[in-house]
Order: sequence, then C-alpha cells, then structure tokens
Amino acid sequence: MPKTSDERRVIVSDVKKTFLLRHTHSLKETFISAIRGKQLSTSFNALNDVSFSIDEGESVALLGFNGSGKSTLLKLISGVLRPDSGDILTRGRVAGLIEVGAGFHPDLSGRENIYLNAAILGMTKSEIDARFDEIVAFSEIERFIDTEVKHYSSGMFLRLAFSVAIHTEVDILLVDEILSVGDEPFQQKCIARIRELSAQGKTLVVVSHDLDMVSQLCTRGILLREGRVVFDGTSHDAVETLRRR
Amino acid sequence: MSEALPATPPGFSRPGAGSGLLSVFQRRYLLSLLVRKEVQVRYRGSVLGWLWSYVKPAAQFAVFYVALGVFLRLNDSQPNYPIYLFSGIILINLFTEAFSNSTRSLVDNGALIKKIFLPREMFPVSSTVVAFVNFLPQMLVLLVVCLFVGWTPEPLQLLGILIGVLIVVIFAIGLGMFFGSANVSFRDSQNFVELIVMFAAWASPVLYPFAQVEGALPPWLLVVYQLNPITAAVNLFHAGFWYPTTGGAGELPDHLYLYAGAAVVVAVLALLLGQLVFRKLEGRFAQDL
Repeated sequence: MPKTSDERRVIVSDVKKTFLLRHTHSLKETFISAIRGKQLSTSFNALNDVSFSIDEGESVALLGFNGSGKSTLLKLISGVLRPDSGDILTRGRVAGLIEVGAGFHPDLSGRENIYLNAAILGMTKSEIDARFDEIVAFSEIERFIDTEVKHYSSGMFLRLAFSVAIHTEVDILLVDEILSVGDEPFQQKCIARIRELSAQGKTLVVVSHDLDMVSQLCTRGILLREGRVVFDGTSHDAVETLRRR
Repeated sequence: MSEALPATPPGFSRPGAGSGLLSVFQRRYLLSLLVRKEVQVRYRGSVLGWLWSYVKPAAQFAVFYVALGVFLRLNDSQPNYPIYLFSGIILINLFTEAFSNSTRSLVDNGALIKKIFLPREMFPVSSTVVAFVNFLPQMLVLLVVCLFVGWTPEPLQLLGILIGVLIVVIFAIGLGMFFGSANVSFRDSQNFVELIVMFAAWASPVLYPFAQVEGALPPWLLVVYQLNPITAAVNLFHAGFWYPTTGGAGELPDHLYLYAGAAVVVAVLALLLGQLVFRKLEGRFAQDL
C-alpha cells in the first residue's frame, strides 16, 4: 500500500469479487439436480487481486472486453456491490452515472423527477434548488418540465436523466457506458460538460467501448482482462494495448 | 466483507457502508420525496383516487359489523361494538399494510438498488410511512365518530393511543426489514408474510371482545396472547377510543399498561433483529435482485 497522501481519491487494494450463480431456484429443482448429479451452482471470478489508486483530478478509463470486470469494478466503487476480499476506499462524494434514469418514475412530472433523482444521487434540497434551472437548461426540455415523464420521447427522457446526473455535487464521478445517449450535438455537450468537471478537479472513472472518445477524454487507462489488471498507463497506450490483442 | 479490515486513512470511507436506520434519518429529505412519490402515484388513474383508502376499511367494517355484530349478536353483548370494531380494524390495517409493503419494498425497488447506492433501509421505512399516511384519515374518522357519541378520554388513555401507533410502526419496520431482506433471495418470504398477516387479524382482540378470550384460554396462554405487541397496541386503542365512549360499561384487560410496556420492548427487539439480519444480507441485495 502506498503511503497516506491527501491526493488520493480512490484506493482499491487486492480486491476480489466472485459471483455465485445458482442454477436451481426451488426445492424441487435442487432435489432433481442433486439426484441427477448436476452442478447446483458455479462460481465466477469477476475480479482478482485488483489494486490501484486514483488521485484527485485524474480521469481514468477502465478498458477491456465484455466480461472483463469493468462494470463490476465501477459498482464496487459506487458501493452498490461489496468486495469479497480486499478493500475499497473513497474520499469525498461519489456519484455514478450508472444507467441514468434508474430512479425515474413515469407518473411524475419532469420537475418532480429532477428533485427525486437528485435526492437519490445524494443532493440536499437547497443544492437542488440552486441547480434546478441549470439542470433544466442543460436538458433543453423547458417546455415539458411539468409534463409527466411517461409522455416524453426516449431522447427527452435520457436528456433529462443525464442532465440531473451530471449536475450532482460530487468529488468522484463514475460514468458507465452512457455517453452513447442522445443525438450527436447532445453527446458533444455531455462530453464538454464532463471535461469541464475534470478541469474543476473532479475525479473521473469512465467505462466505455468507444475507445477513441475515451482516450481523448481520459489521461490514464487501466486495462482489465478476465478480472485482472494487465495494463496501467496513459489512456493512449492502454487503447493501443487493447487493440493489439 | 473481509475480516480484519485495515484502518481507514483520514477522510476516506468504504463505499456502501451506511449506518443503517440512522442514515435513513440523515437523509430525511430523500425519505420525504419517496413517501410523497408513493402517495401521489398510489391511486393515479383511478376515478375515486384517495377515496379508496376510506372505501376499503368501510367495506371491511360493514362486513364484520353485519356478520359479527348482527348475526353473532356482539352488538347486544359488547357496548358500542361498532367503535370497538373500527378502532381495532384501522390499527390492524396499519400493521398489515406497513408489514406487507415493506416486505415487498426491496424487490419492488430492485432496479434502483442494483444501480445506485443509497441506504437500503430507506425502502422498508418509506413503505411504513406511506401506510401511516394512509392510516391518518381513518383515525380522523374514528375520532369524529367518538366525539359524536360522547368521548371523555383521560390523558393516560390519549398517551396510550400514541404508544399503540408507535408499537405498530416500530414492530412493522422491524419485521419488514427481516422478511424483506430474506425476500430478496427467497420469494417464499412474501407469501409467508401473507399468512402471518392473516393470523394477525385474528390473534388480537380486533373482531371479538377481549373478555371472551380471558374466559377461554388457560392463564399461561393468555399471557402469551397478550405478549403479542399487536394485541397490546389494539388494547391501547380500545382503551383510548372505545372505552371512554362507553361510560364505564366497557371492560378493559388487567395490566393493560404493563403489557404495553412489554410490547414496546418486544417491538424494539424486533427492530434490532430486523436491522441485524438486514445488514447481514444487504451485501447480496444487488447480486440477487
């Protein structure tokens, strides 16, 4: 473990995560499988001995093919999942842009959903009040803000959800494969906003399969393969390494 | 979680490690929004809207009034039987709704739990608060009826009403966290809760006079019967609402307040047990949902 320094925002040390997949879901199934000598469950190592730390203001891309453990790692940092062994520590407020819109309710208006979702992401009432106009302006759906969300087009919905998430008060921002939302101009706007946050000294952890975009957005790249860190360096080198295989 | 975690450097914390029920109250604003959402959405799309929360207990009351009050003649033997009946029904409904909704709350909010970290105790607690919001207008109706009939409660009896509600709410949150966290991996849990809830309505003197239980049960079993926190809460409600309308003609159980004290203890123990089990199982929620 490196020495304690106040620069670090995220510390991941010797993290291991195993998923146990149960193949049977009822007594009857278990009984029949046991008689036939089938396996009752299989375990799957999603992450193995993963260690790294991320400093304040760093923007890090987690790279790797499907199933390499990127999203699991992001969920561990956000606290949704817990490591089986090893330790994860964070300093400051963490918010995840992990599948935006998870907390939206179709029967509530855009306005009500902004408050609900921002509160779910950890904001207080006064913080939301202060940023409300900014959130609405960013989403560009002022006219429909008091309409129930179920009447929104899917594009409008994503805009609003993303807009809330990206305006939360955070120190560490986790972004999982959501930069593919919306049309081209809105995407550009989102990327610009993320750069802005990074410039303000926020720590970014991004998971995406858009390698060109990611290598532009992030300075550092961590490459995962089958749950292990195989490369940790600049994002350009990480992308190169990934492409070579 | 691994054992013997190293000490955290200053300023750092472990993601996903909340302080249980306490963090729900630290994030009261989110709790209030979740409750408001449920309340708003509940009867959306129905013509009667919130009238349904009066129609249901009214229908229930009518059925039992005719079946038990008229046919089984409880109207004749028990003074002011309708008030006795209604005060019990609304309290047992509070328990039923809070308990079964909080048991299902984690599975219902699975999409959120899998994606964003927030104190998960939030869901059973907000379900219980919603049940309480639903209960308030019913209690208001009861209050109006009592005043109309002539109600002369003593301060201790009024305090008893509050304690009765508190017992039910704490007990329901505790049980809801216990069965709700088990429900994530084993959906048998919510079916089991339906059974418990069915028993609960008959295991307390809601529909029948307490005096008849006293006559029928051996003393030791009567003690067990009264140690049920719901029984104690129902008795407190009877003492607060029904008894002061009977002008002394009604009969209250002995040691009413002693058993109420025991009920508070049992309810708090259930809450602690629920929290303990919840924290044990919480690590698996995002995986198993």
